[in-house]
Amino acid sequence: MNSSLNSVIRQTESAILGKPQQIRFALTCLLAGGHLLIEDMPGVGKTTLSQVLARTLGLQFSRIQFTSDLLPADILGVSVFERDSGQFKFHPGPIFAQMVLADEVNRATPKAQSALLEAMEEHQVTIEGTTRALPSPFFVIATQNPSHQVGTFPLPESQLDRFLMRIRMGYPDEFAERGLLSGIDRREIIAKLTPQMETAELIALQQQVKQIFVSPALLDYVQALLRYTRESSRYTQGLSPRAGLALLSAARAWALIDGRNAVIPEDVQTILPGVVSHRLQGEHQNTLARDLIEAVAIP
Amino acid sequence: MKNSLIYGLLLCTLMVTAPHASHLPLWVCTLCAMLLVWRAYLTQSGAPLPQRWLLTCITLAAMGGIAIDFHTLFGREVGVTLLMLLATLKLMELKTRRDAMALIFLSCFILITHFFYSQSLITGLYMLACLFVITTTWVHLQAPGSAFRPRLKIAVSLLLQAVPLTLILFVLFPRVPGPLWGLPQDAFSRSGLDDTMSPGSLGRLALSDAVAFRVTYAGAAPRREQMYWRGPVLWQFDGHTWTPGRTLNGVAPEFTQTSQTIRYSVTLEPNNKNWLFALDVPDKLSLPARITADFQVLSPTPVTARLRYEAQSQLSYRANMQESAKQRQRARQLPSGLNPRTLNLAKYWRAAGTSDAQIISRALGYFNQQNFHYTLDPHPLGINGIDDFLFTSREGFCEHYASAFVYLMRAAGIPARVVTGYQGGEYNAFGNYYIVRQSDAHAWAEVWLAERGWLRVDPTAAIAPERVEHGLSAALPDNSALPFMSRNPPLHELQLNWDTLSHQWNQWVIGYNNERQFAFLSRIGIDSLSAQAIDMLAAIATIIAFIALTMLRHLFKREQDKTQSAWLKLCRRLAKVGLPKLPHEGPRDYASRISTARPELSDAMNDLTARYLALRYGGIHEKDAQNEFILQAAKFRPSRVKSVAML
Repeated sequence: MNSSLNSVIRQTESAILGKPQQIRFALTCLLAGGHLLIEDMPGVGKTTLSQVLARTLGLQFSRIQFTSDLLPADILGVSVFERDSGQFKFHPGPIFAQMVLADEVNRATPKAQSALLEAMEEHQVTIEGTTRALPSPFFVIATQNPSHQVGTFPLPESQLDRFLMRIRMGYPDEFAERGLLSGIDRREIIAKLTPQMETAELIALQQQVKQIFVSPALLDYVQALLRYTRESSRYTQGLSPRAGLALLSAARAWALIDGRNAVIPEDVQTILPGVVSHRLQGEHQNTLARDLIEAVAIP
Repeated sequence: MKNSLIYGLLLCTLMVTAPHASHLPLWVCTLCAMLLVWRAYLTQSGAPLPQRWLLTCITLAAMGGIAIDFHTLFGREVGVTLLMLLATLKLMELKTRRDAMALIFLSCFILITHFFYSQSLITGLYMLACLFVITTTWVHLQAPGSAFRPRLKIAVSLLLQAVPLTLILFVLFPRVPGPLWGLPQDAFSRSGLDDTMSPGSLGRLALSDAVAFRVTYAGAAPRREQMYWRGPVLWQFDGHTWTPGRTLNGVAPEFTQTSQTIRYSVTLEPNNKNWLFALDVPDKLSLPARITADFQVLSPTPVTARLRYEAQSQLSYRANMQESAKQRQRARQLPSGLNPRTLNLAKYWRAAGTSDAQIISRALGYFNQQNFHYTLDPHPLGINGIDDFLFTSREGFCEHYASAFVYLMRAAGIPARVVTGYQGGEYNAFGNYYIVRQSDAHAWAEVWLAERGWLRVDPTAAIAPERVEHGLSAALPDNSALPFMSRNPPLHELQLNWDTLSHQWNQWVIGYNNERQFAFLSRIGIDSLSAQAIDMLAAIATIIAFIALTMLRHLFKREQDKTQSAWLKLCRRLAKVGLPKLPHEGPRDYASRISTARPELSDAMNDLTARYLALRYGGIHEKDAQNEFILQAAKFRPSRVKSVAML
């Protein structure tokens, strides 16, 4: 495996205890050029994960706390008239960062949400007629509290589709929690973290993901998965072609992290729950992805 | 699977099984109906499908039922019943696309089985409708996303595309004479003329408007009272029933002084009997049939499929003037000790010193003047049936009159016999042919006179001349039971129209047999096919088949990838030692599971899996690597774990 990628993972694991899988999923999203949605209760380390990743990767980090009165301009930026020059000057908003943490994205109104989601999709923003490119790499980690909490605007399905993966943090296990409780303050740890990778190297890795080999046999498998979701009565709607592309690019990134240059069915199976669980609706929402894997034979 | 698809499959199954309800046991139909309703309910409510053990129980119980009901598990009826049950049970475990596919093929197969029971136009149309529903459902299965209308469109265009091929196959596919396997049900269930006659046997047929045969005359049709369709001739009487008796061989049929030759073609419905019907008296036939000494036309095999033949008859004739003494003796035999009053009457007539011809006319006069009635439901007769009929009840149907007349003649010493068959027929102006129905069944008498030979005498004509001139419905009183259609003019017209269509269908579709095929092909110039041309055709067909096979192979090539088949073999070997690969299990997961379960296999397995992954998923195409993998995989022979006895 790429040595700097390895040290990124090692350093992140030392700061976030007992969540190796989630860390890898976050990196998968980043390397595949997608965005990540973390859905869980407050206080399980969603924010910490993004901060640690930003520090470790040496990315510019900005954080937008979504509130119900947040306006699109608060995210994108605004032009202010400067008396000295007699001109409007654009003050970029917090979206102009390499890694953006959109905290509690479901607290804001749909208007503010869509400003973020459009920027995520286009990798550029258009303000007052001028189109401004966002920095590269551009990676959004949005966090969301479970929508049954009071005062939230849950993201509609069409918006959920913009996130490559959706993961949950979950409670730490006994051992990790002990380490957390007995250790020093997380903020101090984060402050001490040093970048383990150059930005150029990260961009090169993102290019490398696209070169990961996908064989016809594997495409057969992905197509069988897609076909099953469309034909089975278990799902109200099958997976879209975009979901199929998402599966492939996430599987490629996963294979790269795993140190291989070709995708194998296990890669698809590993990333599948994160990629499809927010795109599929059906009866047993929690086991939906697991059932899908078990229902489709590998050709 | 989507509910609409399940409903489509339910409809397919219902449509193809429903017509079988008329001839399969009631419990089978009830079971199928219950399963269909149950499946519809499960689909509606979204409840889970029944457990496998329950289905197994139902299947076994149904098999048991069939074994008890039919006493066998083989044969056509049982086959159809089993197919029906399997299709409905398959619905109960409908989960995957594969199940749905199986059900669609099963529906198509059951559809074909209807031809065992009926080949009528209406069956053909119904099957076409079924085929359309099946095709639409099939399209739904293949393109689940499409809406209803586009699906219909695809189905229609698929079926239309099939039409030219169907026509070519219909015209050119080699025909086998007779039914391909088994007899069509039509041959068994129809009531028809029998080779015995007892009081009431023809009366029963009078209520059936089933078609016996259809006739097209080559020239002008004869008069209705000349249309005597000759069937079985009955010689032997036991006091109740007339039977053909033992036929005498070696007496050739011959007739002289013939005139009024008539040619016609008959389309005979299957009756599972040997006799063919021809106008009195048959002369020539287009089929290899035998005309017996008593002028019956017998086919070498029972008529089990609709049969068309051309025939020629002489309406005016002198038949067997030189009848042998043996035959004449046979035509005078009577059961002893029965009907004394009839015997006395005949003796009295004979003693009056009159000639045979006079006795005949006296007998006919007796019927005509003594207040006899022509009816479908006469009084039952006792042991001396003829006496009862002639002197007491004086009412009966044609078999009573024919039987009594022949009895009288024999008692008076005149050779006589009963002839059964059909009389008359109904003209269908729409198709310019005559329909002879079972209700036209008739019985008459024949007497032998030295100067005339065998002469037809119809005593029914003496009582009810309308029967012979206008048909049964004219002869019977208005209140007697008759087929509904024959007394309802607009409906009757409709029936005649429909019959014309059916007749065309029978003639051109069902009746397209090997002879007609040859005739048709020779008309378009294919009869002069030389051996060379046939060889060439065969060669072309072989080449096309070869290309098709190659293309199919190419299509499935990736499936039969050598790497994959070696890997699958390996998996099967591991399954044999108790470590089967789960269908959804990836190769690497499988290898690690095996390494945990059987550490001694770990190295070999990991090595093989790495090679396999590289070949199948890693884009490695080197022949050497592949061969090496196949070689290594073939060498890999996991042993069964020996259970170690715990001490």
